[in-house]
Order: sequence, then C-alpha cells, then structure tokens
Amino acid sequence: MLKLRIARPSLVVDISWLELRDVAIRGGELHLGPLTTWDDLLRAPELDRPALAALAECASGMGDLQVRNRGTIGGSLAHADPASDMPAVLLALGAVLQLRSTAGERTVAAADFALGPFTTALDAQELIVDIVVPVPGAGSGSAYVSVEHPASGFALAGAAALVAADGSRSIAVTGIASNPFVVSDESQPYAGVDVFDDRYATAEYRRHVTEVVVRRALERAERHRQEDRE
Amino acid sequence: MVEAFELVVNGKRHTLEIEPRTLLVHALRDALGLTGAHIGCDTSQCGACTVLLEGRAVKSCSVLALQAEGTEVRTIEGLASNGELHPIQSAFVEHHGLQCGFCTPAMILTAFDLLSRDPDPDDETVREALRGNYCRCTGYQSIVESVRAAGAALREGATR
Repeated sequence: MLKLRIARPSLVVDISWLELRDVAIRGGELHLGPLTTWDDLLRAPELDRPALAALAECASGMGDLQVRNRGTIGGSLAHADPASDMPAVLLALGAVLQLRSTAGERTVAAADFALGPFTTALDAQELIVDIVVPVPGAGSGSAYVSVEHPASGFALAGAAALVAADGSRSIAVTGIASNPFVVSDESQPYAGVDVFDDRYATAEYRRHVTEVVVRRALERAERHRQEDRE
Repeated sequence: MVEAFELVVNGKRHTLEIEPRTLLVHALRDALGLTGAHIGCDTSQCGACTVLLEGRAVKSCSVLALQAEGTEVRTIEGLASNGELHPIQSAFVEHHGLQCGFCTPAMILTAFDLLSRDPDPDDETVREALRGNYCRCTGYQSIVESVRAAGAALREGATR
C-alpha cells in the first residue's frame, strides 16, 4: 500500500518488535499472537491436530516462502482484503479478537471485525493483541480449500469448514464478496451475497467454484474428523 | 530528512544515514554498494531482491531498512568465504542453474533458507519453495537440479 502510494501516512510505527508473536493453548482456547507469521503457524505443534488442521492448511498456501517468513495473521486480519484466506478460517472456527488501545481493551468477534473491503472495526491506534480460537472438541475436523487465481494466488473462492463430533458444521467463504462471511445455507452458500463479477471471474463462475470449494472443504474436514476418532 | 541507524550486513556493522522510508533493497544497493539484490518488479512478486534476515529469505523490496535494524542481514556477497564459493553457488555453476544471472543471487539465498530447514527436499518441494523467485531464462529445471545437488553436497559435509 505504501509502495503504491495508496496509503500515505505521515507517521508509521513499527510494531514488529512487540511481544505479540505466540501460539499457545490455555484452558481449551488457542491463543495466536497477531505477529505470528505463517511460517510460525506451520511449525507450531499446537496446530498439528485434526480439529485445527484448517489453520496450517491455509498457512501453507499463503504467498511464497519469503512471504510466509514475514506475513502475519494479525496483518492479514487488519488489512481485510476481500480474498484473504485466513479470516475465513477464523470465521469458521468462531474466533474472537482482543483489541487494545490507550482507551482500554475490548473484544470483537471475528464475524463482526471486517466491515467492508480493507475496512475493519479497528479504531485509530487500536491494535489486535490476541486472536482467540475455541479449540473444537475431540472428534472434530477442520479444513481449508481454495481455488486460486493462477497469477496472483488470491482466492477466486475459498472455503473453511469445521465439522464437530456431533456432526454440526460451520462454514465460511472468502474471495467472492466484499468480505469473507459465514455460510448459513450449505446448499446455496452464496445466498444473499453480492458476488463479485469482474475481469478475474464472472459471478456465475465464482458461485460455481464456491459450491466446489465448500464441498471439498467439508469432505476434507470430515476425513480429518475420522482421523481424530482413530 | 535522513536518520542515522545501524545495519549488520554480512557480519559487518554499518552506520547509514538515510531517509526512514528507504527500502532495505535500496539501502543495500545504493548506500552499501551491495548490488547482488536486484529489483525486478514493482509488486513484490519476482523475488529477485531476496536477502536473508536472521537466516530467513525475505523480499528486501518489501522491508523498510529500519526494520532490519538489530537483525543479521546476509546478502549473496556474504555467502562466499575466503574467495571460495559456497556449495550452493558451486552447484549452480556445475549444473547450469543460470543464464543471464538476474534471478540467481535470490534463487541461491532462497535455496539456502530451504536447505537449512529441509536438507533433502524432492523436486516438488524445491519448486514450491522457489515459487517466490521468478526466472525468465532457464525454465527452472536446471535451477531445481542445482538446488538438489547443493543439498546433496551439504549433506555430504561440504562447507565449500
């Protein structure tokens, strides 16, 4: 954004030295520091379980090796690109964000965080300090599947799915509308959504691909769930 | 408006007086004369600017020089030792891993990162690891072979 002169701030504060880089499970909750890189996520043993598989599956497809060494989960959330992958995973997993500023701390559900393309609920000078994911119960499985635009690698459509032990499912989709969103109707995952129609893909194509990635994500999450029961 | 700050590059401390908005690639090339990091695109995609930060490959066109303060920066110029090529460099020579050479320093540094964590990658793993490094000359096959040969040499204990 800075290089393209789209953002021209008068002051830039480097937060990369704050102690906000962490992956930890405490009391049934997964805590991810906002400065945790994609590579950190790929190497975190805490995420190596079927219930949380969507996180590493998503991180492994991010950008390239250099991007995975620098890109962070908090950065992705705060940037709120309509086709960003990890926010869909956090939506499907029911994540909650801890925000902090000089005015104090507050909690915002991931589902209420993105307000539009590149627009979030963050106040000026407010920082994401923790991303909290309830660890799904035993016998759950999650997965992330996307169809990428071949040149940019951004999702034309991506789906994150969580299948719980009781068979209940939580699905989120990214890449087809102004923000990633939670799916209410599995059979028509794009129902009520204003689907993008642009030079990358028609709305009709995006709707078709959405059905495909939702189905594949559910199938893979179910396979992970089976693994957890063995 | 320039500021003074310190960068450690290839084991040497440098004090630079540059504008805070200076990208790491420009600081290396223009302030330090280390022109092995190349600028190949506008969009942080081509990877020709790749350098190592704490041993990890990063695109120096997407890092402000200030952000590298307090970390170890290593460029292609810092790989050879006492005039002898690093095994990865030798492998690229032996296996024709370059033609024009524009992408090559970056390819070698990304390979350095890969091999430091996965000493015996297969072809597919090498190709995946090099997704952020574009080559317009070779068609990549000779690069993959060079990286695999470098891995073999390093496993056999080659240091040079």
